[in-house]
Amino acid sequence: MSSALRHVFLASLWRRRLATTLSLLAIALGVALGLTVQLIHSAALDEFGRGIRLLNGAADLQALGPRDGFSDALYPMLARSPAVDQASPLLEIEARLPDRDETLKLIGIDLFRVGAVTPALLPMGEDPDERAPASGGQLDALRPDALFLSPAASAHLGLGPGDRLRVQVGTREQTLRIAGGVPGAGVGQRLAVMDIAAAQQTFERIGLITRVDLRLAPGVSRATAQAQLGDRLPPGVALLTPEDASSETLGLSRAYRVNLTMLAAIALLTGGFLVFSTQWLAVVRRRQEFAFLRAIGLDRAELRRGLLAEGGVLGLIGGLLGCLLAYLLTALAFALIGGDLGAGFFRGLAPQVQFEPILTLIYLALGVLAGLGGAWLPAREAARMVPARALRAGDEAEVYRARPRWRTALAALALAALCCLPPPIGGVPVFGYLAVALILTGAILSLPGTTAWAMPRLPAGRSTLWRLARARLTAAPGQTVVAGAGVVASVALAVSMAIMVDSFRGSVDDWLTRLLPADLYLRASDASASGYLDAEAVARVAALPGVAAVRPVRFETLRLREIGGETSGEAGHAMALIARQVRADGGLPLVAGTLQPPTGPSVPTPVWISEAAADRLRLGVGDAVTLPLGEQPHGFQVAGIWRDYARQQGSVVIEIADYRALTNDSRTNDLGLTLTPGTAPEPVMAAIRATLGEQQSEMILPGELRTMVLEVFDRTFLVTYLMEAVAILIGLFGIGTTFAALATSRRKELGILRHLGLRRRQVGTLLATEAALSALVGVAIGLLAGGAIALVLIEVVNRQSFRWSMDLQLPIGPLLIFSLAMILLAAIAARLSGAQAMRQDAVLAVREDW
Amino acid sequence: MLAIENLRKRFDTAAEHPLFEGVSLTLAPGQSVAVMGESGVGKSTLLNCIAGLESVDGGRIRLRDQDLTALDEDGFAHLRRRDFGFVFQAFHLLPHLTLAQNVALPLWLLDQDDATADRRARAMLARVGLAARADDWPRHLSGGEMQRVAIARALVHEPALVLCDEPTGNLDPERATGVLGLLFERIQDAGAIAIMVTHSLAAAAHADRTLRLTPTGLVDATVAP
Ligand SMILES: Nc1ncnc2c1ncn2[C@@H]1O[C@H](COP(=O)(O)OP(=O)(O)O)[C@@H](O)[C@H]1O
Ligand SMILES: [Mg+2]
Repeated sequence: MSSALRHVFLASLWRRRLATTLSLLAIALGVALGLTVQLIHSAALDEFGRGIRLLNGAADLQALGPRDGFSDALYPMLARSPAVDQASPLLEIEARLPDRDETLKLIGIDLFRVGAVTPALLPMGEDPDERAPASGGQLDALRPDALFLSPAASAHLGLGPGDRLRVQVGTREQTLRIAGGVPGAGVGQRLAVMDIAAAQQTFERIGLITRVDLRLAPGVSRATAQAQLGDRLPPGVALLTPEDASSETLGLSRAYRVNLTMLAAIALLTGGFLVFSTQWLAVVRRRQEFAFLRAIGLDRAELRRGLLAEGGVLGLIGGLLGCLLAYLLTALAFALIGGDLGAGFFRGLAPQVQFEPILTLIYLALGVLAGLGGAWLPAREAARMVPARALRAGDEAEVYRARPRWRTALAALALAALCCLPPPIGGVPVFGYLAVALILTGAILSLPGTTAWAMPRLPAGRSTLWRLARARLTAAPGQTVVAGAGVVASVALAVSMAIMVDSFRGSVDDWLTRLLPADLYLRASDASASGYLDAEAVARVAALPGVAAVRPVRFETLRLREIGGETSGEAGHAMALIARQVRADGGLPLVAGTLQPPTGPSVPTPVWISEAAADRLRLGVGDAVTLPLGEQPHGFQVAGIWRDYARQQGSVVIEIADYRALTNDSRTNDLGLTLTPGTAPEPVMAAIRATLGEQQSEMILPGELRTMVLEVFDRTFLVTYLMEAVAILIGLFGIGTTFAALATSRRKELGILRHLGLRRRQVGTLLATEAALSALVGVAIGLLAGGAIALVLIEVVNRQSFRWSMDLQLPIGPLLIFSLAMILLAAIAARLSGAQAMRQDAVLAVREDW
Repeated sequence: MLAIENLRKRFDTAAEHPLFEGVSLTLAPGQSVAVMGESGVGKSTLLNCIAGLESVDGGRIRLRDQDLTALDEDGFAHLRRRDFGFVFQAFHLLPHLTLAQNVALPLWLLDQDDATADRRARAMLARVGLAARADDWPRHLSGGEMQRVAIARALVHEPALVLCDEPTGNLDPERATGVLGLLFERIQDAGAIAIMVTHSLAAAAHADRTLRLTPTGLVDATVAP
């Protein structure tokens, strides 16, 4: 049977090359997109994990505090504890490189401690003048300006032993000397190491460290140590396991990754629908052929297997192509946008494309599954057919007599509504995605019922063609299902993505406008890096002519050891602290509460928390909260909840005056400038450069910043846009091939119509009318389903994955144009393929009948 | 030996009377009959019943002492691939297979290896006069040529029974005579039993006997030559 199968079934794929190619393409694209997302992230995560392992070494626990560090008095306390075997203090700094406008991860280490916990960070001295490893190698490392570069950093910066590197501290510069390498760092890790005391001195962090790595004494468990030592830590410092600490970043990127994977899955699903449509039509067209094969002895199971094999082969070839494409795309993505798909999660990593056999096999299997899934129903339909009846022509319409499936459709939609209620599982909105799938299913299942309901309600009309089209679709609503399934899927996907991204972009734009009230912004470096403005620098800028007022902003991080009474899970993860003027400036996009809480001596200090923070801390407006500032606990009251798209981990805003009073920290990261009326920003910018130094500050106008942020936004969603484009493309392909195949399968019917006196052009119009009507139903359902899916994406998926809200915006114009284009395209495709089908002699087409 | 006894067929939709009943027929290997009758009397249905493509409501069909009416659907399918050959009015050549492949199809179904199947198919094509076109496609053939390919395909696996439903219905009379001559020659070569439904007296004359199907059974209608 196998050779018969090969010739009879697979040769038919070759015969309808166009449809086959398009199905292949659809599957290949779905597989390629999904696998690319996975490959990129697996490579990035791999590199990230390598970095984590490298930086954590053999640490059992890590004491972590605010970004700018905590008192190094904690270190001897921890080191002396009987539960601790080895302790190694670290000072991590993102050093701004003023002449390069980028940063370098710099780790200050205690040379005599680091070897016991994180030996990979041990520096290796090299003195180029002596052309041999320095004799006093390790002592050389203690010199205050000695810096050691990892191989990746050395290659990236183009610097070797003996070279100098300028780093920025505040608004000033320091020069460091490359004294050797960090041979233990992996090839993908860009970092530098120096002595911790030297780092404290160079970066003006005397007495501060950011981390203590602990190796516990034999027999002491992590939980015991956490319980014993936890109480002795100052507020704002938490003891985390290295896995917990790294899951901070991984958790953030996971939601993004899952989102993209789901989009790819939907693209693959659309491919499956395309296979379904083309296979179904092929089955219709080959009905007599199958009846004949059954007559000469092919049994039902063999027929079904043969047709499934057709789908499976489509899926396999499509899957193989998709996998190939995925590796190409991954290499391209690494070359063009880096390992984070533009989202900025994994800065400073240089991941490599790697062959992932299991992942590849999984996606290959998914491709095959899409092909088999698409072929399943058509194969079942073909096996069910009664050969004696199908041997005589004219019963094609039989296949299209689909039953309305209202009950199943409604059940799917009801289930989808229920799926919006449960919380995410492990931070992933599993039920949200399930709801999306269910909505899509319900929408497609409602197609035959909707057509059967809608067609008789169309005006009867006088025109014969209109009446014929209406009669056909009423009698054979299944035709709409075949033609419309792909339309519904791709329209729903495109529409939901368009609404979601449009709402998101609109909300971000609005958010930015409200967040940026000043005329000009000034900073010494990215807030996480080593540049800052001290009080004196701020005063100098404020005194410049043309500057009416300055608004300083200070960024820090907070660590809360307990969240809602629990010490597990995300407890200890960093949250952003933003100190700025709130009452005077406004500018916080609130979703609840007020910017003007009552003042007075007995009123607690107000804080405004972001939606994510409210979620994580389980706080509402008016609730009291204790936050560690300057290693002391302080009581606050939540005055409002605001929308923050920039910090998924959550953020807390307090008045900068309150912050300074509580911490004595007078540094400024960002400075908003209000200019006197009529002053142009350019001369002020020039004056600032003259005051602070040419390369030591960055200035930006709110308009530029807005453009920049939106560019980042668009880059982040580039992949999304791409997938959307692919979905539309697949949908268009699907419509084109489906209507072409429909016209071909109805060649005889068309021949008869021409016998009855219809002109070619009229038959073409008839086909175009039917196609437009089918597409209209598909597009209408697709629009509704797309709207519903967009709501789920906005209210469930985004809220659960990223914890942010957005205002619904409907891009009505583009959606309308898109819908009309789909309908028009369906009509054109049907018209063109009708002409093709009619090129065959009408007489010949009918004569085959008996 | 094919023995049909008292066959009865009724479609659910048909009114009081069955389509036909009391149909009996016995044919020995090498024998052929032509079945005539008005349009709609059930000739095609009778062939379908014999081939197991349509269920029967009474009576028995035996082929070489095997009771066919007792077979299930797949059992019948497997019997058909071994013992049945079909020639249809509409040819039913598979458009995406070459002539040789079309003819080899029944051999593939019998699990013959590709080489043997190809050799036998080409030999059979040669016997219907189409050896030179073995690698051509069906769409390039005339109606008569297509039917010759269909004949080759019906006989290539040496079936015990050949069923022909208006094999010349789509051909002009001249072509029809040629094709029928060929068909019956090949059937005789193979020593097969043949039942041919036809409208044409000229066609019927190629068979040993002619019967007329009526709602109450088959009656002899052989015209003396
Ligand atoms: N599946 C079916 N269901 C109901 N009636 C059928 C079916 N197939 C055939 N018939 C009817 O049975 C009668 C005989 O059909 P057929 O055997 O094709 O006649 P013919 O003698 O012209 O070949 C016709 O009236 C036809 O309408
Ligand atoms: Mg008939």
